[in-house]
Amino acid sequence: MAILIDGTTKVVVQGMSGRIGQFHAQEMIEAGTKVVAGVTPGKGGTSVLNRPIFNTVREAVDATGAEASLLFVPPPFAADAMMEAADAGIKTAVCVTDGIPAQDMMRVKRFLRRYPRDRKMRLIGPNCAGIISPGKGFMGIMPPHIYTPGRVGIIGRSGTLGYEAASQMSELGIGVSTSVGIGGDPINGSSFRDILELFEADPETDAIMMIGEIGGPQEAEAAAYVRDHVSKPVVAYIAGLSAPKGRKMGHAGAIISAFGESAQEKVELLSAVGITVAPNPSSMGATMAQVIGGKKAA
Amino acid sequence: MDIHEYQAKEILASFGVPVPRGGLAYSPEQAGYRARELGGNAWVVKAQIHSGGRGEAGGVKLCRTDEEVRDYAATLFGHKLVTKQTDANGKDVYRVWVETASDIQQELYLGFVLDRKSERIMIVASAHGGMEIEDLADEDPDSLRRMVIDPAVGLAEYQARELAFSLGLKDGQIAQMVNVLGACYRAYRDLDAMMVEINPLVITGTGDLVALDAKMSFDTNALYRRPNVAALRDPSQEDPREATAADNGLAYVGLDGDIGCIINGAGLAMATMDMIKLAGGEPANFLDIGGGASPDRVCTAFRTVLSDSNVSVILVNIFAGINRCDWIAKGVIQAYREVGLTLPVVVRLAGTNVEEGRQILRDSGLPITATDTLAEAAEAAVSARDATPAAA
Repeated sequence: MAILIDGTTKVVVQGMSGRIGQFHAQEMIEAGTKVVAGVTPGKGGTSVLNRPIFNTVREAVDATGAEASLLFVPPPFAADAMMEAADAGIKTAVCVTDGIPAQDMMRVKRFLRRYPRDRKMRLIGPNCAGIISPGKGFMGIMPPHIYTPGRVGIIGRSGTLGYEAASQMSELGIGVSTSVGIGGDPINGSSFRDILELFEADPETDAIMMIGEIGGPQEAEAAAYVRDHVSKPVVAYIAGLSAPKGRKMGHAGAIISAFGESAQEKVELLSAVGITVAPNPSSMGATMAQVIGGKKAA
Repeated sequence: MDIHEYQAKEILASFGVPVPRGGLAYSPEQAGYRARELGGNAWVVKAQIHSGGRGEAGGVKLCRTDEEVRDYAATLFGHKLVTKQTDANGKDVYRVWVETASDIQQELYLGFVLDRKSERIMIVASAHGGMEIEDLADEDPDSLRRMVIDPAVGLAEYQARELAFSLGLKDGQIAQMVNVLGACYRAYRDLDAMMVEINPLVITGTGDLVALDAKMSFDTNALYRRPNVAALRDPSQEDPREATAADNGLAYVGLDGDIGCIINGAGLAMATMDMIKLAGGEPANFLDIGGGASPDRVCTAFRTVLSDSNVSVILVNIFAGINRCDWIAKGVIQAYREVGLTLPVVVRLAGTNVEEGRQILRDSGLPITATDTLAEAAEAAVSARDATPAAA
C-alpha cells in the first residue's frame, strides 16, 4: 500500500488557481492522482481543471472528503495555510513552498501539537519536492516518469538528489514504493526519523534509501532510530563532503554551524549503527543493489 | 543577513539592553571628534566589519587621548581586516565605532539561536565569556547553560531568573539579567532574527551588566516584512559575486577551486562538488540555478561562474524536474554566443526533455563534452581541467 499516498488518496490543492499550482495539479491528475478540489480564498464557486474551487479547506473537506492537501502557497501565507489544513481535518499535507520564515514554521509546529495523535496532521516539507508512490499517485513537483514502481522507500532532503537516486536505481531495475522529500529548511514538518518509522511499518517496502546533507541534527537522530527500531536494510548518502563550514549551501538548512553537522561526522554516525553509506553520489543505486542483493542471497 | 555591531547595539538598546555610550565615525577626524564628544579619558575604537575575531586581528584598540583615537582610526579606514572568520582577502573597513571604555570585572557569554533539535529559540549562556562560543564549548563545556523557549508562551520570567542564578549572579544583577534576557528575546522574536549574541556581556566595577559587544543576524526569508532590518544591509561586506548572483535568483557560494559548477538543486549541487573532489578536482563554486530556469538564467549563471578568474572548466549538471533540458541546452549555446566562452564545457543532462536537450547540443557543433551520468561528468571535467594550459 506504500506510505502517505496511493491511488485512493483524495487530494486538494491549496493554490490550484495559480499558474504553478494548476500546472502541477494537471501533471498529478495525468499520473492518476485523485485530485478532488482546489482551495483559493475568494475564488470559491469557480473551477479549475474541472475540479471545484473552494474558499476554505474546511469547505473542500466537507464537500469532497479529502484527506490530503498539497500547498502551492506563497511564503507570506504558507504557515497560515498549513494551520488551516490541520484544523480542517487534513491527514497529510505537503508544502512545496521555499522561503518561509523560520519563526512561522516554529509556530506551525507548535500549532500541530494541539491535536491528539489520531487527529494530528502529518506535514511534509516545506521546501520539498513532494511525495510519490510510483504508479499510484503523487503530490509535488517531481517528474513522475523517472520512478519505477517497486519496494525501496526513498527519504531525502533534496529534490534533485532524490531524482538522481531514483534514476540510478531504475537503471539497475530497482523500483520505489514511495519517495518522500522532507525538504531543505531548518525546521520541517517531518524528519528522517518520522518517515523511517512509516517505511519500517510498510509491508510493501523492503529497504530504505536515506539521502541527507550537511546541517542540523536530523541524520544523527535517524541513526539512533535505525539502531533501535529499524529492521529493514538502510542505505544512505550524505551530500556536502566538500562544503565549507559556516556557509549556507543553497538550502536554508544546509549550513554547518555546530558539532556533528558536517558530512564526515554524519557519515560516521550512520556507519556506526550499521547503515551502508554510499561512498559517492553516483553509487547510490549500486550500493542499494549490493545491499538488497546480499540480503536476498543470505 | 548580518549587520554591524553598532547596529545590533542600537537595536538591542531600543529593546532595553544597556550598552556603552558611543558614536559612529566615517573618517579618522570624525572618530577623534566622537571621543571628545563622549568625554572621559579612555575610549575603545572598533572596526565595523561583518566578522567576529576583530580584536585578535587588530581591529579593536583601547585609546587614551582623542589624537590616539584619530590616529588609530586612520590605520583602519580604507584597509581590509583579515580575521580568522573572514577569507584571506578580509573585509573593508568603512565605519568605525568609538565608545566609552568600560570597567570590566567579569565577562559573560549570552547567545540566542534557533535550536534545530527542539525547533525553538534557545538561550546559551556562560559565566565565562569573552572567547568565541566554539572555543568555549571546547574548553569549558560545563559552564554552558541552555534554555529552550516555548513559542506559544515566550520567555517566562522564572526561566530568566533560573538562568541568572545559575550563572552565579546576585542581588540587583538578577533583575538586570532578567531584563537583558527579555529584551534580547523580544528583539529576536519581533525582528525575525536568527541569532543574537552578546559576547561579552560584562559586569562593571559598579556591579552593573553592560553589553560590550553585540552581533545579530536575520532570517532572509522574513526580510519582506522587516523593511527596517532590510535597510541595514551593507553590500560592502558581501562577496560581490554572491550578491549579484542572489539578485539574479541564483544561489552562489564562491570556493577556492577551478572547476566552475552550474547545477539545479542544492543537494545535487553539493553532491556534484563531492564527485569532483573524489575525481581529483576542486570545485570553484556552489551554484543552484533553481527551478524553471530559462535560457537567460542559464546564461547569467555562466557569467557568474566566469567572474571568478580561477575557473578553467565549467561543469553543467542538470536533473530536470520542473526544469527543461532543452531550455538548459539553449542557455548553454546562448552563453557561448553572448559571453564569448572559450573554456571547456562539460554538460550532463537528465530528466524532462532530455533527448531534445542533447540533440540541441549535438546540432550546435560547439566543443561541448556531453556525458550521461554524474560520475562521467565529474571525471570529464577533471580531465578537461588537467588538459587546460591555465591549470599547468
